[in-house]
Amino acid sequence: MPSVMIRRNEAGELTLYVAKRDQEDIIESMEKDGTDGWGGTVVLKDGTSYYLDPLDEEPRLPITLRARRAQGG
Amino acid sequence: MAVMTREETEALIQEVLEVYPEKAKKDRSKHLTPNDPNLEQSKKCITSNKKSLPGVMTIRGCAYAGSKGVVWGPIKDMIHISHGPVGCGQYSRAGRRNYYIGTTGVNAFVTMNFTTDFQEKDIVFGGDKKLDKTIDEIEALFPLNKGVTIQSECPIGLIGDDIEAVAKKKNKEYDKTVVPVRCEGFRGVSQSLGHHIANDAVRDWALGARDEDDSFEQTDYDVAIIGDYNIGGDAWSSRILLEEMGLRVVAQWSGDGSLAEIELTPKVKLNLVHCYRSMNYISRHMEEKYNVPWIEYNFFGPTKTVESMRKIASHFDESIQAKCEEIIAKYKPEWDAVIAKYRPRLEGKRVMLYIGGLRPRHVIGSYEDLGMEVVGTGYEFGHNDDYDRTLKEMGDATLLYDDVTGYEFEEFVKKVKPDLIGSGIKEKYIFQKMGVPFRQMHSWDYSGPYHGFDGFAIFARDMDMTLNNPCWNKLKAPWVVDEEDESLAATA
Repeated sequence: MPSVMIRRNEAGELTLYVAKRDQEDIIESMEKDGTDGWGGTVVLKDGTSYYLDPLDEEPRLPITLRARRAQGG
Repeated sequence: MAVMTREETEALIQEVLEVYPEKAKKDRSKHLTPNDPNLEQSKKCITSNKKSLPGVMTIRGCAYAGSKGVVWGPIKDMIHISHGPVGCGQYSRAGRRNYYIGTTGVNAFVTMNFTTDFQEKDIVFGGDKKLDKTIDEIEALFPLNKGVTIQSECPIGLIGDDIEAVAKKKNKEYDKTVVPVRCEGFRGVSQSLGHHIANDAVRDWALGARDEDDSFEQTDYDVAIIGDYNIGGDAWSSRILLEEMGLRVVAQWSGDGSLAEIELTPKVKLNLVHCYRSMNYISRHMEEKYNVPWIEYNFFGPTKTVESMRKIASHFDESIQAKCEEIIAKYKPEWDAVIAKYRPRLEGKRVMLYIGGLRPRHVIGSYEDLGMEVVGTGYEFGHNDDYDRTLKEMGDATLLYDDVTGYEFEEFVKKVKPDLIGSGIKEKYIFQKMGVPFRQMHSWDYSGPYHGFDGFAIFARDMDMTLNNPCWNKLKAPWVVDEEDESLAATA
């Protein structure tokens, strides 16, 4: 259960930052992106994926959340 | 030597690794690579932020160095106690050339050494009482201090002292900020963790002090310089450019900085991060908690400075952007003259760097502005994200080396034969004896500043002064033995 921070980078793309691993990557896709909640399975640009417990709506970014390593990620 | 191809660079790395035992070879080979600017992520080609191998010469520091020496140390109106034996503080005292304004010993304390000077009995019976007494003495002798930080040295963690309890007690007693920092030297693999711990200590013990207080008059143009340690006056030569652009610099972290500036930083509109490695943690925190966005910038060399100034201005309204262009036009003749003077003397020279923090990638622009080429670079304590940012800056198949060992660096220099090396004091004399021009790029070799347009003029002069010094080809390394000498010795 790493703690991850989600923010928008200078280009406005969503990024996921794993402080423990000093890894910051652009989010390719997010299962729920605002219309019916926010979160779910998140796939990063390098292929790894995390699971965020879905929130009701898009929160104020940046936000630190607990994420689970998704299967196969 | 001409530009190396990828195969040649790879062959060179293999050749250098040859002397290691199998296991060490495998480990070290992950830290050395030819650069590939097409890669997005550095983790595909280089491993970083890993424990150094026992037995090799690494030049890394410790967590205490990262906290006391880098992040907290330059905050001038606080007293930073090196809590533990006397050596850690004394041998690193005033070594980093963080300039500051103030009267040392009265209202500024950067170059002084405060220590609890642990003895055997403190290790055996615990040092909290001594720390308590030290803070009392400090309050009596230096009443103008704005606060105290307790920078733990290794024994504190080993004997399990409760410095947090002492900090809380003294904070109540004197109503001043007292920050316990758990930066024992054995933590982590390098000074990098010390930066992180120090950032967290700022966050937990100092940053929020004025959260409830809105008496500070804000403007729309408030910025903070984060991660500029004012080495040789760097932050000042950056600050004047920002102020000329019409921005108001509220805080400098932490070169020439003060506790009040730290407490006011959450109220700025934009954080400008120079040293990403040591201060990204607190910038990210401020973005999340106070909604203060941050951007990285680079004030080394006119090309990058102009780029960064425009980037900073783009976060503000048109008046700032217009001012920014005005300033650029104003300084252009100045830096053009510098380039006209020094570029012909330095054109085509090749540089190898091995430094820490932000400089292995940030200073590349400065060299390129002078027509020089960086053929190898590496970080002492960089992480993945530093190398991510470096890949794009370096040419194809140039050398990247992480936490390079003394032996590897020497061999690389022998083979690549750069015209100039930029590294630290521990590398300086070996390369000078070999007859290779050398500049210290940690302390600017007692020169500086190097930031901004003013700094670039000094940088260009220093590089020329070193590189074109006529002494280099007259040097013979003392360990090089002539055949003639040897035969003479044999007959004796």
